[in-house]
Amino acid sequence: MINRIQQLFAQKPQGLLSVYFTAGFPNLEDTVPIILELEKNGVDLIEIGMPFSDPLADGPTIQQSSEVAIRNGMTIPTLFAQLQDIRQHTQIPLVLMGYLNPVMQYGVERFLQKASELGIDGLILPDLPLSDYVREYKEVFERYKLSNIFLITPQTPEQRIREIDTHTNGFIYMVSSASVTGSTTGQSVVNTTYFERVKEMGLRNPGVIGFGIHNQETFEQACHHASGAIIGSAFIKAIAKEESLSENISTFIQSIRHKETA
Amino acid sequence: MNYSVDDNGFYGRFGGAYVPEMLYANVEELRQNYLTIMAEPDFQEEMQSLLRDYVGRPTPLYFAKRLSEKYNTNIYLKREDLNHTGAHKINNTIGQILLAKRLGKTRIIAETGAGQHGVATATVCALMNLECIVYMGEVDIERQAPNVARMKMLGATVVPATSGSRTLKDATNEAIRDWINNPGNTYYIIGSVVGPHPYPDMVARFQAVISEEIKAQLLEKTGSEDPDYIVACVGGGSNAAGAFYHYLDTPEVKLVAVEAAGLGIDSGESAATSVLGKEGIIHGSRTLLMQTEDGQVTEPYSISAGLDYPGVGPLHAHLHQSGRAIFESITDEEALQAVLELTRLEGIIPALETAHALAVISRLGAKPDEVVVLNLSGRGDKDLATYLDRFNFDDK
Repeated sequence: MINRIQQLFAQKPQGLLSVYFTAGFPNLEDTVPIILELEKNGVDLIEIGMPFSDPLADGPTIQQSSEVAIRNGMTIPTLFAQLQDIRQHTQIPLVLMGYLNPVMQYGVERFLQKASELGIDGLILPDLPLSDYVREYKEVFERYKLSNIFLITPQTPEQRIREIDTHTNGFIYMVSSASVTGSTTGQSVVNTTYFERVKEMGLRNPGVIGFGIHNQETFEQACHHASGAIIGSAFIKAIAKEESLSENISTFIQSIRHKETA
Repeated sequence: MNYSVDDNGFYGRFGGAYVPEMLYANVEELRQNYLTIMAEPDFQEEMQSLLRDYVGRPTPLYFAKRLSEKYNTNIYLKREDLNHTGAHKINNTIGQILLAKRLGKTRIIAETGAGQHGVATATVCALMNLECIVYMGEVDIERQAPNVARMKMLGATVVPATSGSRTLKDATNEAIRDWINNPGNTYYIIGSVVGPHPYPDMVARFQAVISEEIKAQLLEKTGSEDPDYIVACVGGGSNAAGAFYHYLDTPEVKLVAVEAAGLGIDSGESAATSVLGKEGIIHGSRTLLMQTEDGQVTEPYSISAGLDYPGVGPLHAHLHQSGRAIFESITDEEALQAVLELTRLEGIIPALETAHALAVISRLGAKPDEVVVLNLSGRGDKDLATYLDRFNFDDK
């Protein structure tokens, strides 16, 4: 199975920048422009958030962007319609991220088929249990060449990490600390013991660190311990600013990677 | 038909543990330990002694003579309103706080709707000298002011939930987020038979004392431990789960679950999940859920903060789907009339939640020789402001 996620990690095993945004925020029709701007600014991978009314794992920033997006009219069918021609414009790896209930109502298999047709490469469904995935959906994901990305945390036991590593193909989403998204209380994300413990396990999937990554310093710290890092809440705050979408995106991405662009 | 939870935490097709990885370790720790700890003799001894001497159990099973005469049947009220703190909620918080202590937890969090579970949690935290944080929807903080004051008096921190409908659902979201942020020292006391496995089963077991007592008391009073009907209101469904528990496998006993219709089932302002909901996932459990076509959770409505919840416990979803329980729904207006009726006939002011169960008696069609047990889950002190406002006694 080869999709764009696996190609990306094969070509660029270090310093990857993945950005999450909530589809339908700030405006309903911003989805495609945000994707294209992110690619233009050198982002490596994009996670498109499907808004949910009750996002348990998310802090206030993603909750609020989700509320706005739902109010703007974002739904799974609307998102799929917006992404209809996306592969004519970009080959950047795309991952859909959201909670299980809306996907369940759309129909899991129908959802996977449609996502695959549109050229989506992977999914992150944080509340889909590993056991359900293995029992009911793994075969369908593989049939449609979709990676299912699992989260691990500092509390995830080694045996479970190994089990996750066996069942996923893409990358492992390493939650930096015990926290919902958007927490910047700790100035540092260096949970060295946990990161090193995972590194020493020699997993077959690369790891990408997320949660609490919000500036150049935290991005670089994360990259030091894994293949890359994911930024979500900080990006959403940046595109909520008054300036144009393209200005906000380029200013923010450059602030994360300004050494490269200098 | 089997009504017990299976090894994977399911009741039929409902239940399970649909939680993000950040909660996995917490939930797993509880799943692996709850049955063992609950079976330990010293746990049982401490719990039974607190239920007896602190909570005031057993609660009476009272034959409501005038109410029975009015409906020409035999109505017994299980007086959970006489528990310490005024509702059945404390049966569960006593059990869970003892469990939390044995797991070595030092910080307790809870969600609350009407405030009864919040008060019951704050109470046992004071008793056990543990830090207590209660999440409560902003809307509920306004309409249940006396309970907010009680929680503060007991030393709890009450944190307003300001997202979504700002009611019970959102308070639950905030409590779960807190648990994600504090996985080591914190124990989450869920107040109903909702949430990821093992919570629905665990809470049902702690509330099962209600039906255990009903059986013994009814046998003594009527010569049979089985009534014809057991009636209870359902938000998440903990008092109903407790009242039904020991009767689940006795099909002759009709189980009646009463939901809040709000302004009416078709009004768009309702919380009758069994009618308006379809299968979905909320708060870590696969159950019936009020939601849009796109799978967004709907904001429910009921005058009763304790029933204002868009889901229902997975046990109840299973009882509904299998036909084991009869589901009824009662509007705000019908519930209010039932409050006044019980108050004037029996001298008991019930909680708004409980009043929904009372209002269904007239629909049961119970015969003169039949026996109805109604779980009087809570007292109405917390709802006095609403009652005074709605009943307008000064003008009459």
